[in-house]
Amino acid sequence: MDLLKKRQLKKFRYNLSTYLMIIIAYAIIMLLSFQGKISSLLNGLLVPFCTYSILAVSLNLVVGISGELSLGHAGFMCIGAFSSAIFTRYMKFLGVEGLYLFVIAIIIGAVSAAVFGLLIGIPVLRLKGDYLAIVTLAFGEIIKNIVNAIYLGFDEHGAHISLKNAMDLGLSDKGFIVIKGAQGITGTPHYSSFTAGVILLLIVVTIILNLINSRTGRNIKALRDNRIAAESVGISAMKYKLIAFIIASSMAGVAGVLYAHNLTTLTALPKNFGYNMSITILVFVVLGGMGKIRGSIIAAVILTLLPEMLRSLQDYRMLIYSIVLICVMIFTSAPSMKQYIEVAKSKLKHIRKSFSKSKEGI
Amino acid sequence: MDFLTYLVSGLSLGSIYAIIALGYTMVYGIAKMLNFAHGDVLMIGAYISFVFINQLGLDPILSLLLACISCTIIGIVIERIAYKPLRGANSLSVLITAIGVSYFLQNIALLIFGANTKSYKSIVSLPPLHLFDGNLNISSESIVTILLCIIIMIALTTFINKTKMGQAMLAVSEDRSASTLMGINVNGTIAMTFAIGSFLAGIAGVLLCSAYPTLTPTTGAMPGIKAFVAAVIGGIGSIPGAFIGGLILGVLENLSKAYISAQLSDAIVFSLLIIMLLVKPSGILGKTSIEKV
Repeated sequence: MDLLKKRQLKKFRYNLSTYLMIIIAYAIIMLLSFQGKISSLLNGLLVPFCTYSILAVSLNLVVGISGELSLGHAGFMCIGAFSSAIFTRYMKFLGVEGLYLFVIAIIIGAVSAAVFGLLIGIPVLRLKGDYLAIVTLAFGEIIKNIVNAIYLGFDEHGAHISLKNAMDLGLSDKGFIVIKGAQGITGTPHYSSFTAGVILLLIVVTIILNLINSRTGRNIKALRDNRIAAESVGISAMKYKLIAFIIASSMAGVAGVLYAHNLTTLTALPKNFGYNMSITILVFVVLGGMGKIRGSIIAAVILTLLPEMLRSLQDYRMLIYSIVLICVMIFTSAPSMKQYIEVAKSKLKHIRKSFSKSKEGI
Repeated sequence: MDFLTYLVSGLSLGSIYAIIALGYTMVYGIAKMLNFAHGDVLMIGAYISFVFINQLGLDPILSLLLACISCTIIGIVIERIAYKPLRGANSLSVLITAIGVSYFLQNIALLIFGANTKSYKSIVSLPPLHLFDGNLNISSESIVTILLCIIIMIALTTFINKTKMGQAMLAVSEDRSASTLMGINVNGTIAMTFAIGSFLAGIAGVLLCSAYPTLTPTTGAMPGIKAFVAAVIGGIGSIPGAFIGGLILGVLENLSKAYISAQLSDAIVFSLLIIMLLVKPSGILGKTSIEKV
């Protein structure tokens, strides 16, 4: 009983420190920006900090907590960004603007990303093995290609969609094109702000931390650690893996909404919604520690800030990321490395013990 | 006649997928891991042969061999440095390492050769074949690719079934710990598998760039993923399965490019994967394995 309480207290402390870290960081940055001490470079990075933190935390739910690998996280972000931007852009065209639209946009982004997560998750998560990685990777690339090829317009007859060109839409004079193929969506309203980002991040972190410590979360972790044992006590593998995957996808959608409303033009480039982005998010998760929510946020912020500070390293950034992935994996998961670490730990203990003994002797 | 032309070029593309898929399926069958970097080994092979043919002006056949040998060495080195320490670790960490390796190769190529597209000179310098009074034109690359694929299939099947090393591979893929007890060098067998797979990737890289002469650091990524899809459709771990899956995928891709939409052809190929996973996850020729605890 005592052990249980101790464990709960530890979890409570961990959660509290995570929330406090975000709030204190927010307070410091706000204080500095009121005094005008924040450079324009850092100012431009504030919303991306939140976007990438949300992405990293949500991918951690899939990779760290559920033990599956999703390589299409940027694809879900793309779905969230475009579905919400279509809505707000159309509303702007109708002359409706306001921050309440942003809330609706977030819901739209989250729901549409979750629907795609469901469509992918149902066939793939039934299976054992690495299928999710391949399917999500393909999904991310396809979404990017389709978004780059699609033309969408509205007129009094409703929506028109074409995969060829703007003329093919057949819009009337009053018509209005929302997505112009590879040019994307221009003139999205600027709703995102650092405050909104931090609020969203806090909501996302709250949901995930509560999920991890709930019955559902324990089921998910049990499936990760030993699928056969967990299934034999009646935990449905597909159901719980699907829950984790859908929640993570919808959160990536929310990050996409935040991303879309921070820029005036939204285009699907390999840089922002492609494979590179998915890998970058994976690096945040791996470097921050798999299953560690606080670590993901810290890694996301540092790795967003560092390349901006060290512009000369820009060319080598992705190369360094790949080496980081390999090294972290070998040093943390290789059986022989684990042995070395165990031996080193026991030696350290021994040294400490003999040290304290010699102290007592004096 | 248009249909036949698309069919033949689809078969040729499918043969390339089949050669790549062989590497995937053998590694997956024996080392039980998804070698994400396979497509990028292919790309490196294509770059090496590009340097030999276009820059140094070497004989095409010689440079094909040199590219294959370099790919084999790269494959063995990757296995030794990145994958071997992780033998026995959970599959997620192995997968993430493989992605790291894939990404590493892409970025190395980007740093060395630059991001701009290189135009690759075909290694085949034979005239195209005209059939039915010039109604059906088959490029010489297609013929060479299809023939080479059939030769590789026959050679590999003979190797697996008739040689000691091939039998050892079958044994390791069946049961790793039991084959250790029987005195099979498991680490050596796995390294050999990687060597064969990478050698084939070298051939595939040269053939791919001969048929589609654009070479960038990401050339290998998409064919690599599609070859994996082909391996899954054919039944992962099965060598004839990889052949059948590759051909189906190549034909489907070319026909959907011709008759439906060029932009949607990738989406169609991947929806075939999703349908396959829903209907028969073990693939066409795959065995459904029963797991014992």
